[in-house]
Amino acid sequence: MTDAPAASPQPLLSVQALEGWYGESHVLHGMTFDVASGEVVSLLGRNGAGKTTTLRAIIGVLGKRRGSVTCAGVETIGMPARSIARLGVGYVPEERGIFAGLSVQENLTLPPKLRPGGMDLEQIYRLFPNLKERARSPGTKLSGGEQQMLAIARILRTGSKLILLDEPTEGLAPVIVERIAEVIQRLKADGYTIILVEQNLRFAQSIAGRFVVVEQGRVVDAISNESGCRLHQLHAYLGV
Amino acid sequence: MSTIFGIPSNALFSQLLVGLINGSFYAMLSLGLSIIFGLLNVINFAHGAMYMAGAFVAWILLNEAGIGYWWSLLLAPLVVGLFGAAFERLLLARLYKIDHLYSLLLTFGLALIIQGSFRQVYGSSGLPYAIPAALSGGQKLPFMFLPNYRAWVVVASLSVCVATWLLIEKTKLGAYLRAATENPALVEAFGVNVSLLRTMTYAFGVGLAGLAGVLAAPIYSVSPSMGADTVIVVFAIVVIGGMGSILGSIVTGFGLGLIEGMTKVFYPQAASTAVFVIMALVLIMKPAGLFGRAS
Repeated sequence: MTDAPAASPQPLLSVQALEGWYGESHVLHGMTFDVASGEVVSLLGRNGAGKTTTLRAIIGVLGKRRGSVTCAGVETIGMPARSIARLGVGYVPEERGIFAGLSVQENLTLPPKLRPGGMDLEQIYRLFPNLKERARSPGTKLSGGEQQMLAIARILRTGSKLILLDEPTEGLAPVIVERIAEVIQRLKADGYTIILVEQNLRFAQSIAGRFVVVEQGRVVDAISNESGCRLHQLHAYLGV
Repeated sequence: MSTIFGIPSNALFSQLLVGLINGSFYAMLSLGLSIIFGLLNVINFAHGAMYMAGAFVAWILLNEAGIGYWWSLLLAPLVVGLFGAAFERLLLARLYKIDHLYSLLLTFGLALIIQGSFRQVYGSSGLPYAIPAALSGGQKLPFMFLPNYRAWVVVASLSVCVATWLLIEKTKLGAYLRAATENPALVEAFGVNVSLLRTMTYAFGVGLAGLAGVLAAPIYSVSPSMGADTVIVVFAIVVIGGMGSILGSIVTGFGLGLIEGMTKVFYPQAASTAVFVIMALVLIMKPAGLFGRAS
């Protein structure tokens, strides 16, 4: 695993002057940041700052976007979402996106394998034993925590090494949040690159290597998790 | 002669059979409408025209090329499905991002064009299509005479419905379809080509209508208006079963065919309105349809 700084010559993901619209409203006003391979970067900011929209713009499910998003050196701004996914980008949406009409196992195996090196079902079930027990029940009959695990687990099968993770702890009990933190630590150790949108600062601090602070659709600061004193500024940014 | 509720039993059973036959067509047609509506959000007004086109393709294959019934069962749905795929790709796909009313109007216009074209070339009186030799004749059952071809239609339609249900509920392709029906953007974000899935679904749905048309050709005469007459009832059935429900379409299709048949026996005056009365009742009590999920 590389310990490359954000400004390495070839970042895995490079977002430059990204503009994005959510329906009629202009939400992203020139987002710019890089993510190096193997890094866990957390996008922080108040509600409505444009964090979720940034993830949606990266994966390409946003109606209208402009600027530049290069993934592994490939410019994706003109691509449909399916082609971006095939570059090895896995998306775990905020609302989790578990399908009610599909069983847990069908949900798990729905995303096609895009690249070699994904986990097989057995490895996934070892990581998330609950899912194995509930394999046949409808996806949305799972608890919120289990649905979140399922939303993460199904991406691990695809071989995607860049994961966009939108508020994985939202509305979950502390014990489940700890479990999800363990899983993300594990993925980090395995060399996955993760962009994490989070409101829960403590959770973000326990796993992210770097924080990108978003305000009104722009990056206003980037703070390394090692830079002790500056971490206090995060509280100010979040208004807590 | 034995009677049931004062009705001669063979009259009752033959109306039941008529109901079952109509139900077979209702089920196949509403099934296609239902999966198209589920994934594309399009109310396919061209469905009746596709059913009629299926019957005409069979007639043309027989009379212009000497290709018989059995090959038509395969070729006519294929022709109708390919036409549907081209229509979806070239025209319908452009309308998904705007109001659904436009796609409805487009398919309605297409139905008029198809009907008008066939009427122009073949006239509006029906053309006969002979029952294939292997299925002529019938069985003398203790309570009624059962024509072989009609028994075949019921069996064939049931098999197609069950096969379609299995395809949608038990296969990977079906899982894509169900998932994309719920959340197409997310399925696309997993790397699946949802546009292609939509084209295939439309082609499959209208292909089913084409197949129903071939099955219907020897029973009803092949005429340009055969689809328009049937499709109104089929829309009512889709509403009763629940928009987008696969099982609902099949069960309601057969069920309503039988109810319609029974009404003909017990109160013939209401036979053509029974379905719509039931639709009104269902809409009052369960607006999402009998098998529909309330949204």
